[in-house]
This record gives sequence, C-alpha cells and structure tokens, in this order.
Amino acid sequence: MDVLTAVLSILGLATVFGIVLGYAAVRFKVEGNPVVEQIDAILPQTQCGQCGYPGCRPYAEAIANNNEAINRCPPGGEATIHELADLLGVEPIPLDSEHGEEKARPTVAFIREDECIGCTKCIQACPVDAILGAAKLMHTVIAAECTGCDLCVDPCPVDCIDMIEVPVSLQTWTWQSPAGIGQINAELIPVRNIL
Amino acid sequence: MSRRIWNFPGGIHPPENKQQSKGSAIRSVALPERLILPLQQHIGSPAKPVVMLGEKVLKGQMIAEANGVVSAHVHAPSSGTVTDIGDYPIQHPSGIKGSCIVIKPDGKDQWLPHEGIEDYKTVETNLLLEKIRNAGIAGMGGAGFPTQVKLSPPAGTEIETLILNAVECEPYITADDLLMQERAHDIINGLLIMAHIVKAKEILVGIEDNKPEAIHAMEQAALDTPVEIVVVPTKYPSGGEKQLIYMLTGKEVPSNALPAHIGVICQNTGTAYATHRAVVHGEPLISRITTLTGEAFAKKGNVEVLLGTPISHLLAEAQADIDNMSRLIMGGPMMGFSITNIEVPVVKVTNCILASSKDELPLPQAEQPCIRCGDCAKACPAQLLPQQMFFYAKALEFDKTQHYNIMDCIECGACSYVCPSNIPLVQYYRFAKGNIRKQALETRQADKSRERFEFHKARLEQEAAEREAKRKARLEAAAQKKADTPSGTLSTPAPAPQEDAKLLVLKTAAATSAKQFQQAKKALALAEKNAADNLTELQAKVTQLEAKADTAKTALREALKAQKTLAAETTPSGAKSTADTKSGS
Repeated sequence: MDVLTAVLSILGLATVFGIVLGYAAVRFKVEGNPVVEQIDAILPQTQCGQCGYPGCRPYAEAIANNNEAINRCPPGGEATIHELADLLGVEPIPLDSEHGEEKARPTVAFIREDECIGCTKCIQACPVDAILGAAKLMHTVIAAECTGCDLCVDPCPVDCIDMIEVPVSLQTWTWQSPAGIGQINAELIPVRNIL
Repeated sequence: MSRRIWNFPGGIHPPENKQQSKGSAIRSVALPERLILPLQQHIGSPAKPVVMLGEKVLKGQMIAEANGVVSAHVHAPSSGTVTDIGDYPIQHPSGIKGSCIVIKPDGKDQWLPHEGIEDYKTVETNLLLEKIRNAGIAGMGGAGFPTQVKLSPPAGTEIETLILNAVECEPYITADDLLMQERAHDIINGLLIMAHIVKAKEILVGIEDNKPEAIHAMEQAALDTPVEIVVVPTKYPSGGEKQLIYMLTGKEVPSNALPAHIGVICQNTGTAYATHRAVVHGEPLISRITTLTGEAFAKKGNVEVLLGTPISHLLAEAQADIDNMSRLIMGGPMMGFSITNIEVPVVKVTNCILASSKDELPLPQAEQPCIRCGDCAKACPAQLLPQQMFFYAKALEFDKTQHYNIMDCIECGACSYVCPSNIPLVQYYRFAKGNIRKQALETRQADKSRERFEFHKARLEQEAAEREAKRKARLEAAAQKKADTPSGTLSTPAPAPQEDAKLLVLKTAAATSAKQFQQAKKALALAEKNAADNLTELQAKVTQLEAKADTAKTALREALKAQKTLAAETTPSGAKSTADTKSGS
C-alpha cells in the first residue's frame, strides 16, 4: 500500500510539473537565440565583412551557434574581444591578424569628387547606404553615417575613394591618462597646485 | 541668521589668495584691436552665424543665433566690421581651434537701439524668458548652461527655492565678490526677476563668510525684499551646485537628476546681474567681470571686459610680466585649465585669468604609488571612493569606475589636493569619464549603423522581390499573348522545345569545332614561325579539325533548313506566326 501511495504521488507530482513546464515552454518561449543579440550588441556594426561573414549579425550567429573564434573582428579590436570573452566566459585571445589590423583611429570614406565618374559601384557596395549619388552623377559620402568599413574602396574603377582619419573635434576630444608613477604631470589641469 | 546650515561631508581649506585681486574697484578695459567670439561659449549646440563677412555690426547686434533649445545667441560686443568667420584658438583645455566670428571694432561703440521692460511684474513670464534668451545669457559660473532653459523647469515641477550662488569658493577668484560689493541692487533685482519667472517660494543667497563687504552690500540691497542672505562657512567646494543646495536646504540632488527635480534652482551671481541688464535695460550679454590675478600681473584686480577680448590684450592692459609667467590658467587653480595660446578670447564663462609666476605655481611633484591612506575619501564632497575609482581608471576598467559612480564626481580636485602621493586623481577621473562618454557615443553610432544595415538589407530584398514580381508579370503577359494568337500556333510550341534542344546541341558543336580549328591553326602558325619539330603532326590535326568543323556546320545548316520547312508546313498562315514566335523567343 505504502509503495503504491509513493509511486502514485510521485506520478502525480510528475504530471503536475510536466503540465506546468509544458505550459511555460509555450507561454514564455524566447524567439531566436538571445546570446546572438548580446553578441551583436557588442560588435561594432561596421558591417565590413572582414571576419568572413556578410555583416556583424551573421558573425554573431556564427559565434553563438558554430563556436566561431571571437578574434576575427578588426574594427572592434582588443576591446571587443575582451567584451565577448566576458560575455561568453572564455579566455580572451589576440586579434587574428589574418582578418586585418585594428585601426589606431576611426576612418571615414571620402570621394574625390572631381574624379568620380558616377558608376554607382560604391553605392551598391555600401552596407549602410551612406553614399549618395546617381548614375553618371557625382557621388559623395555622408560622413556621419559612414562606418569606415572600406567596402567601397575596391569596387571603385577609378580609385577616387580615400579612407581618411576622423579628426579629433571639440566634441570627441577626451583627456589623456596621466603618465603614471614617477612622472611629473605638467598637465593641462593645475588641480592641487596652489601655495 | 537662525537658518540652519547643513554641513556637507569632505571639503578642504586651501589658501584663499583672494586679497591680491580684491583691493581695487572693477575697472574697464580699453577696446581691443579685434574681438574673437566663439560660437560655442555655452553647453549645448554651437550657435549659427547670422552675419556675413565684411558686414557692419552695431554693439549688441546678434551675430550668431541659438541652434536648438539648449544653445545661446552671441552678440557683437562693440560696433565694427566682421572680418573673419573661421577657426581660432578657444577656451578649451585641448587647444583645438573652434569656430569664431572676428569683429574689428570701429571705435565708435555705437549701440543697436534697445529697450528694457520697466516693470517686469506686469509682463508675462514667457516674455521675460524670451528676453533672457534673446540676450544670450548662459550660466556665468563656469558651466555655461543656457539660463532660460534652466529657468523653464519641466512641467509639473514646482520650484520651492531659488538659490543665488554667491559663494565663490575657489581660491584667487574675486569677480563675484567685487560685483556684489559694487552692484548689489542690480543683482538682487535680477534674482527677483528670476524668482518671478519660476514662482519661487523662497529666495536665498549663499555667501561664504570670507566676504564681509559683499555680505554687507547684499544685505543692504535685500532689505524690504523676500530675499534672504545666508552666510555659509568657508570651505571648498561649497560653491558646487549640489553642495550649496545641501548646505542651504538639507536636500540632496539625486544622481543623474537636476536640482529642479527636488524643487531647487541655483543661479550664479554674474547670471543674475546679466538677467537684470537684459530685462531692465534690454542689453544682451556682451561683457563680464573677470578677475586678473597671479604674480605675473602688475595690476591685479577685476575688470569689466567685453566678451571676445583676447587674453593677450588683458595681459598688456594689466602689465603682465610675460617672461616671468610660468602658466596661464583660465578659471581657478582648482578647476581651471592651462591655456597655451594667449590669443584665446574671454567668453561668457571666463571668471578668472590666473597668470602665475614660476615661484607661485611650481611644477607638481612626481606621482608616487598610492599608500591607501584614505585621505581622498575623507575629502570627497560627493562621498565617492576616490581610491577605487583611481585603481579602476588606471587599469582601464571603465565600467567598474561607473559602478563606483564616477559620473557623480564633480571634479573639484579636493582628493588631488590632499593626496600625499601627489597622484593627479582628477586627471584619472577625467580620463575615465571621457572614455565612458566615448564608448556611449560609439554604442549609439553602432546602433544607428545596425538600423541602417537592416534597412539596407530589407530594401535589397524588397527590390529583388519587386523584380521577381515584374518578371513573372512579363512571363504571364507573354503567355497571354501567345494564347491570344490565332489557332494552329498552339501545335507548334509542343515540338519546338525538342527541336530547339537538338538545334542547340548542333550549334554548340559547330561553335566548339570552329573554335578548336581556329586554335589549331594559330598553333600551327606559331610552330611554323618557330620552326618546331612537330609540324607534320600539327598539320594533320588542323586538317582533321577543319573537316570536323565543316561537318558540324553542314549538320547545323541542314537542321535549320528542316526546322524552317517544318514550321512552314505546320502553320498555314505562314510568315506572320513565324515572325511572332521569333520575336517571342
């Protein structure tokens, strides 16, 4: 009798939990893989394809689903690798130089407009629609939207696109780190320097 | 003085060095040769120029208008000609040039006609705010927040207390002190106008007890007004907005919130004076009181200087000994910054020019390792943990500095001042803050790029779908057309594909053999030229290929002929339908 009660109560519990879990699986179903979203949020969104995938999201999917290496994003560089390592709980590894070098400073594309023949090839190559123009008319880059991915440089038949470094402006300038121990900080800010 | 003063935690008592500049009355400065007016003298977006090169402007005429809500107009400080609009060194620690309008004064100092409001109580607040906005007033204490924005708190917030920040806690500076001593009535009037605008229930003036003359003058001016003068003990940084609010009201401004959220607005003395000039006299903000101090100046003191006056002019005016000048600092010694170019102009927020001699401000000592004494934490008026923030900032772990609320640091420099190891703590915090802002900006840009990329993809897909739909429509139209043509043609399409396939094979064969023949011929020619050994072999090959190409050609020709006769037989109507099928294919 005791054995029967035990078995029945266990079965009963199993049924109840089964129903609850089954309901929860339907009710709280998560669409897609949330890790992909998180990885995609870390990637720099230049959509340059240097990782070998056609855009940042496909690379994020590859990392999440196919265990792709996290060191294939040159625009993100070390910082992105560290963030990805943190997120995925793996050791950070150095950037794979096969896919390119990290740029010291951000760049934007610049079209030498008098040389442009209006072929629209760069417009088609731009992943973020940051190039403006029409066939046989001059093209130009919307610098604020350009991610500096270099994808427009190769298609140009007359090589009139330069990648230029974004100059530091009053809005983007930041203070530098002090030199460190043993160094005199003849810095711009005279804090503490009163007699 | 029964009012309770809350004492904020931390703070320091650095040498005041105020005596040097407070001895003499405010004096005016001769017109400089040129006035350089930066478009950005305030927080927010830079103003937009509204004058042309070479245009004659009058004193007080607007030369650049506010661009957006959080922005401020810029006015001509004197009459003259606009000689340039371009990049000049401006008031920025980076030394990066900024857009400026340059005016060459004509010496007449001719005003644009202007008028004030006689009784501000009779006009609507909107009109008063408009007047303040039109005068281009921005907080003159250092931050330069557009005043009319500050005076229009978000809907639903009631302003309990309006505080006039007359503390001036930073060493060396006496600009507000002198302004209060000489123009207390105007300041109180400006304050009352502001109180009228925000409908403040309580109006307080906070002054440090090291300015007895100013306190006396303000008390005299505040007689018979609802303004209450509150004397606070001298301690740096009691002039910090959050610190002063706490001292006077006991309320703490929450992190990431504005004082308006707790029903308080804080305004600077100079701003109140400028508000008075704007409303009562209709004068825009074109000049300010600036302290000229430091050992290098022979004539220390406070000057009323036109905005845009280059510092070189002030150095000459106050007979500065440039050879003996070790550093030129804009703002005070605690929170100011060094400038390397003496052509930088005075702007709305320039409250002090400190030209120090070599003995006065020697180079700082070298940084030593942190000994964890904890003095910085005791000195921090914002109750942060300076050590932790320092370690993480140094290790470039900026997200961890954020966990320690680095964004609440007011950069007062109290921690650096007390540090026995001479660690430039504030520089580390500024460095970390700059990087945090940069990262936030990058994230925003990445989000925008992602959006644009998704849109780009969607657009390409849509275009492809449209093309596909068009192609289908064309196919259907063609099929429809065929169906519409007279009967009899219906029978032809059936054998046609088979025939066509056969024909295609023949065509390919003919083309390939012809090509092979041509290639062989070329090879032969080359071999003949080089007198190669295998000439006979090659010749045989050529003839063979020629024969092959000929057979392929005749086969194709016969097939074509057969098809034509077939078509003619099956279609009685003849030529017309053949033409149709041809054009169709």
